[in-house]
Amino acid sequence: MSLLKIDGLEARHGLLTAVQGISLEIEQGETLALVGANGAGKTTLLRTLAGVHPLAAGRIVFDGLDVSALPAHRRAAAGLALVPEGRKLFPAMTVQENLLVALSAKRDGRWNLSTVLEAFPQLKPKLKAAAGTLSGGQQQAVAIGRALMTNPRVLLLDEVSLGLSPLAVQGVYDSLRTLMGKSTGKGAAQGTTVVLVEQDLQRTFAVADRIVCMLEGKVVASGRADEMTRDQVMAYYFGHRTPAAHEALTT
Amino acid sequence: MIWLNQLVQGLMLGGYYALLACGLSFMYGVMRIINLAHGSLAVLSAYLLFLLAERFDIHPLLGLVAVVPVMALVGWVLHRLVLERSARSGALLPLLSTFGVASVLDNSMFQSFGADTRSLAPYIDTLSYDSWTLPGGVIVGQLSVLTLVIAVGLLGGLHLMLVRTALGRRIRAAAHDADTAQLVGVDARSVYAASTAIAISTVAIAGAFLAMRATFDPYTGPQQLIFAFEAVVIGGAGSLWGTLIGGIVLGIAQSIGAQIHSQGFLITGHVTFLVVLLARVYVADSVRRWFRTLRPRITMP
Amino acid sequence: MTMTTTSTTSRVTRWTAPSIATVSLVVAAQLLLALAPLFLSANVVERLTTLFVYGILALMWNALAGYAGLLSVGQQAFFGLGAYATVRLADFGVSPYLALLLAAALVGVLSLPISAFMLRLRGGEFAIGMWVLAELLHLLVNLDNLVQGETGTSLIALQRYSAEDRRAYTYWAALATMAALAWLVFVMLRGKMGTAAQAIRDNEEGAASVGVRVLASKRLIFVLSAFGCAAAGALWVASSITFQPKTYFSVQWTAYMIFMVLVGGIGTYEGPILGAVLFFTMETLFGATGVAYLIGLGATALLFALLMPRGIWGEIEQRLGLQLLPVGYRLSGGTGDPPPKR
Repeated sequence: MSLLKIDGLEARHGLLTAVQGISLEIEQGETLALVGANGAGKTTLLRTLAGVHPLAAGRIVFDGLDVSALPAHRRAAAGLALVPEGRKLFPAMTVQENLLVALSAKRDGRWNLSTVLEAFPQLKPKLKAAAGTLSGGQQQAVAIGRALMTNPRVLLLDEVSLGLSPLAVQGVYDSLRTLMGKSTGKGAAQGTTVVLVEQDLQRTFAVADRIVCMLEGKVVASGRADEMTRDQVMAYYFGHRTPAAHEALTT
Repeated sequence: MIWLNQLVQGLMLGGYYALLACGLSFMYGVMRIINLAHGSLAVLSAYLLFLLAERFDIHPLLGLVAVVPVMALVGWVLHRLVLERSARSGALLPLLSTFGVASVLDNSMFQSFGADTRSLAPYIDTLSYDSWTLPGGVIVGQLSVLTLVIAVGLLGGLHLMLVRTALGRRIRAAAHDADTAQLVGVDARSVYAASTAIAISTVAIAGAFLAMRATFDPYTGPQQLIFAFEAVVIGGAGSLWGTLIGGIVLGIAQSIGAQIHSQGFLITGHVTFLVVLLARVYVADSVRRWFRTLRPRITMP
Repeated sequence: MTMTTTSTTSRVTRWTAPSIATVSLVVAAQLLLALAPLFLSANVVERLTTLFVYGILALMWNALAGYAGLLSVGQQAFFGLGAYATVRLADFGVSPYLALLLAAALVGVLSLPISAFMLRLRGGEFAIGMWVLAELLHLLVNLDNLVQGETGTSLIALQRYSAEDRRAYTYWAALATMAALAWLVFVMLRGKMGTAAQAIRDNEEGAASVGVRVLASKRLIFVLSAFGCAAAGALWVASSITFQPKTYFSVQWTAYMIFMVLVGGIGTYEGPILGAVLFFTMETLFGATGVAYLIGLGATALLFALLMPRGIWGEIEQRLGLQLLPVGYRLSGGTGDPPPKR
């Protein structure tokens, strides 16, 4: 049984349907990448999964439990954590406070303040600094660390490389690789299940087990990362292939 | 010497205003809501204490032990029924709905308790007029000093709560960004309701001191709301300690005004408020304009 | 790639059959009402005068809150000033009904510098700032020897008229003022002001970015609202003769305005008029019950704020797309889309 099952999910922005009837299954321990141009609905999908965007239609089943009607803070408590686009830290609060507030989710696991700081040692000297004064890369570390403090079973990452220098992105992904159990071998069940939205295709191919391409709110392609080529994904990214062509490709 | 006396009296009065206003400031800081029923709730608390004192001979300060939890519950209910719904639709609706609540409260209290002015002063023995004489011949009432001490204590308590406790962290997180707070497990709805409950608890205490130092009637609420709002704005909306400063400035302005003219008490208070309000807007505007002139010299990332 | 164009053309219309009918009815009603003092009893004439004053207040508060997005808890400032100015001018020897008009105009002019600083405030600061201003003006008016503090004074100059004449003249003044303001607002809404107001309400920054003169529009509405409330205050003092500052500067007037506009329909044209009629009816039926009536008013306003913030007319407009008085635009023909939401 898959850990996270999305069934006919629909989400709207006012009258515009941003996500149209998406169905996906995510297995324990896998890293799924969502790829697509801006406006494809990736962020809306993640936000709807996390519960901060209203679900217009469909179901979300998390570890056998239908969480479609559950408010966001209860989903976090159930182990579904989102690192939002743009990091969204609490800038006036210190790094330590940003991390500690996540204890509200009250979940047990290997992540606590000390283990998070071990994973992101660059934060140790910055513990008492206001989160708003940190560099982009450091803020991203805090944002991921904050989500980790809830000991998630599924971690949703929304464009963690956005606005960061290449060096900072490298740092973030190094930490993530350890997280995903990539250093011990792909798809290790001990790794955290991750769904990530990423514009940087190189990174995507480096970490993902499976890739799902979205266009205008729909899934237009999906497959194992080692079976798809960059050209294929880029084609879907820019919408050169239609769903019909995709059908032809995958049958 | 008169002026030193007025200064001290103003400071003492400021202590009361700070006590009165800290709940209003807290709610505004956390939820950006201005509770127009603030004053009326203080009066409600005063009436409850009056009932306890008159019927059961309970000293008002002791009566607070019962009244504060009751008012906290009232605050919680007020939030769930009225504020939660109103806050969703922008800044105007909470003003309208809390205005409605104030109106219903005031008139209901008139219906229940009649038009007579009351006071808790008869029930606190000599506390209402005992005083100390400071060097320089300035006389300070013991009740006033107690009020100031409680005000500082409450503000300090709120500050510590916000900065040191887990609840305080959650409140600050939800105050900044409710959605993101939800993502890390903070139940923003509960946190907001708790904040309102806390704010109204402080209003209950303020009501006690209002009634001990002065008289009150069912329609005293709106006037008290105005004083509270003036204190908050003068000190800087959203800042807890600013409310203490604001209260003191208001108190001093009013005391000095009273010396100048028989009607000066209220007039100087209102004028000070308007002047500070507008000065802040003008300063903010000119600072913004000044920043714009700086821009060519700041390299954009 | 070729662009396909729709084969049917869309027309923009402003008048529909219901709206033409309504406007004709309104004109006829106003003419009829003008004849009232000749036929109806003294009591009815006085009550109708009150109704007109309520209508003015509702219209003016709605203009400020519904069109300019400025919620004011202090319009009683202008109501009181209008009455005070009337009494003062009459004391100087100005003929009372002329004093009415002059007073309203003077207050309108005074509101211009007031707007210069008050309009820099937003939201709650504006709302309560106006209230504090009202309190301050109340205190300042009390200082006038003529007024003698809370004791107040009377519009003695009205004694030169017989009670019957006074009633009729006040009635006509009220009717004329209400009609004039209603038509003025109607014309304004049909013009650039209407779309500007809508834009400001929906998104002030966006409106400014497309060239809507936001501050100028707000100032115009602010001055109009001040003028209207002052006229209402002047009419009230002409009707009740006595001037006690406490009554005229009371925040209770704002409570009435909020009730009328909230229940009637904030931001609509017909709403405040409906609200005024409802308020008048409730007062006629239940006013005598005293405090219970006030509690009912407050509770009703609160319920509307929570459950039906668009007000009665707002809901009707929303659901039926009905607009009796043609202040908006309608697209006809073409795709047959429903009229734009307000």
